Amino acid sequence: MERRSFIKKATLSSFAALIGADIVFGSNILEGYFPIGLQDPDPFTMFNKHKEMVVLNDKPWNIEAQAHLLDDEITPNEKMFVRNNGLLPEEVNAKTWTLTIDGESVVNSKTYTLSELKSKFKHYSYQLTLECGGNGRSEFNPPAKGNQWTVGAVHCALWTGVRLRDVLEDVGIKNNAVYIGYHSTDVHLSRDPKKEPISRGAPMSKSLQDETLLAFKMNGKDIPMVHGYPLRLVAGGWPASVSGKWVNRISVRNKVHDGAKMTGTAYRVPCEPVAPGEKVKDEDMCIIESMPVKSLITYPKTGATISEGKSLRIRGHAWAGELEVSKMEYSIDFGATWNRCSIEPPANRLAWQHFSATVTFPKRGYYEVWARATDSKGKAQPMLLPGWNPKGYLNNACHRIAIKVK
Amino acid sequence: MSGKQDFREGVRRIFYRLMGLFSLFMIAGAILIYYMIDPDFSAFKSEKNTYVVMDAEEDIDRIENGIHVRTGLKEGEGLMVVVNNCTNCHSAKLVTQNRMSEARWNATIKWMQETQNLWDLGKNQDVIVSYLVSNYPVEDVGRRASLTNIEWYELED
Repeated sequence: MERRSFIKKATLSSFAALIGADIVFGSNILEGYFPIGLQDPDPFTMFNKHKEMVVLNDKPWNIEAQAHLLDDEITPNEKMFVRNNGLLPEEVNAKTWTLTIDGESVVNSKTYTLSELKSKFKHYSYQLTLECGGNGRSEFNPPAKGNQWTVGAVHCALWTGVRLRDVLEDVGIKNNAVYIGYHSTDVHLSRDPKKEPISRGAPMSKSLQDETLLAFKMNGKDIPMVHGYPLRLVAGGWPASVSGKWVNRISVRNKVHDGAKMTGTAYRVPCEPVAPGEKVKDEDMCIIESMPVKSLITYPKTGATISEGKSLRIRGHAWAGELEVSKMEYSIDFGATWNRCSIEPPANRLAWQHFSATVTFPKRGYYEVWARATDSKGKAQPMLLPGWNPKGYLNNACHRIAIKVK
Repeated sequence: MSGKQDFREGVRRIFYRLMGLFSLFMIAGAILIYYMIDPDFSAFKSEKNTYVVMDAEEDIDRIENGIHVRTGLKEGEGLMVVVNNCTNCHSAKLVTQNRMSEARWNATIKWMQETQNLWDLGKNQDVIVSYLVSNYPVEDVGRRASLTNIEWYELED
């Protein structure tokens, strides 16, 4: 899929198909002229996104879901959030795509074509929860810098690929390996070819897990362009930025990877808790690893009005980074009392779990249904915002919906 | 009578010469004006260019209801300095969704200069930061804000 030449080579009839209308006087169009309808493409059409998705940023693209859109057990593409750090790669050709494994800690660097990866290694499929480290940032006070995600920067899709571990074993890794770092073909916002928009990674222990994949399929189809076609590193349960899109190189490092957005304050929180608004030195910031326990009520949509005496079915998903969710509760009285929800085991490790409950209300009035998950180590979601941090990561405060009983 | 005829002939000749001279000036003037507008005479070259159709009437920096239409930024002192310096690399949406103090906007600018190829803003930095803190001020929302903007609907079974 060569995006640019695709547009250049496209004929008038495909322009017409893209715009959804015939181009009148099409034969008089000047050579080299692109109809204006294609110059500022609508992201919903371009990326096949649901019309209720919310665009936070268009350069780079950052688009989030709303809680009620995430009701599916396996998130379809149209409801998956997009968090890009740079501009989309300019040219992607799966036929000539290669992945190089290099770095200080490989015995010899090695390059695979995409078809070699697919034919040489066993395929695995897992449902993996990917949540942006900054999901929930909009609630921090004082406000934190960056895209102001509310609740919708999370998804759990079915990813198919080969294990990174199998590939690394085939290459041969020295025993001084500490970290892997990915490199991709997206373009820095400044268009400076020497800069990478993002180049993050994970320690060897995470890289060698069964579920850490080099994926080429999402929900049974080729990965959509905006989600990393044709090859994406997928590491469930960790900030989604670890799951590099459009990956063409993985470096096995003898130290913590120092690529773009690994250092400074990016995807880091204070090593020791700080007061809201406090300044934190770069060296006192620690890299985020597993994401914290969290849950989302995906049905009904907030704002439901029901009749007195009617019960309300609620449902949603809960996840806990590297851990499992062991208990799920809801409250209709702002946490004074909690009731149990039923919760299913995950489809596989690192997949989100589905919960449901039937809620009854004692009398007419305004209510909020709050949901609280507890992980397998006994840690629960806070009702208030968790520890303030300069970049506004890891807000796992309870989700709530508004209900009126008439 | 022939004296009168000669005189008329003379006047006509002078008139034609003057007309000729005037036309020459007009043509030269037109060429000069065209040269000022299009010094490369590009209209006479047959290069293949990419043409973008724009409504000639439309002002790209027009403001409607206090909002700069092209970027979504609020009208205010320093608006165009912000547009020209802060929307080249990233979308204005990254600016409008954030709320920061003067110190933190300055720190953000420093970070963009150190890592994202942002240029030295010189005197414009104060203009930009004062625009940002006055149009996008920090609001105190406490430890957990009330739910707002709820769209109520009847839930059918």
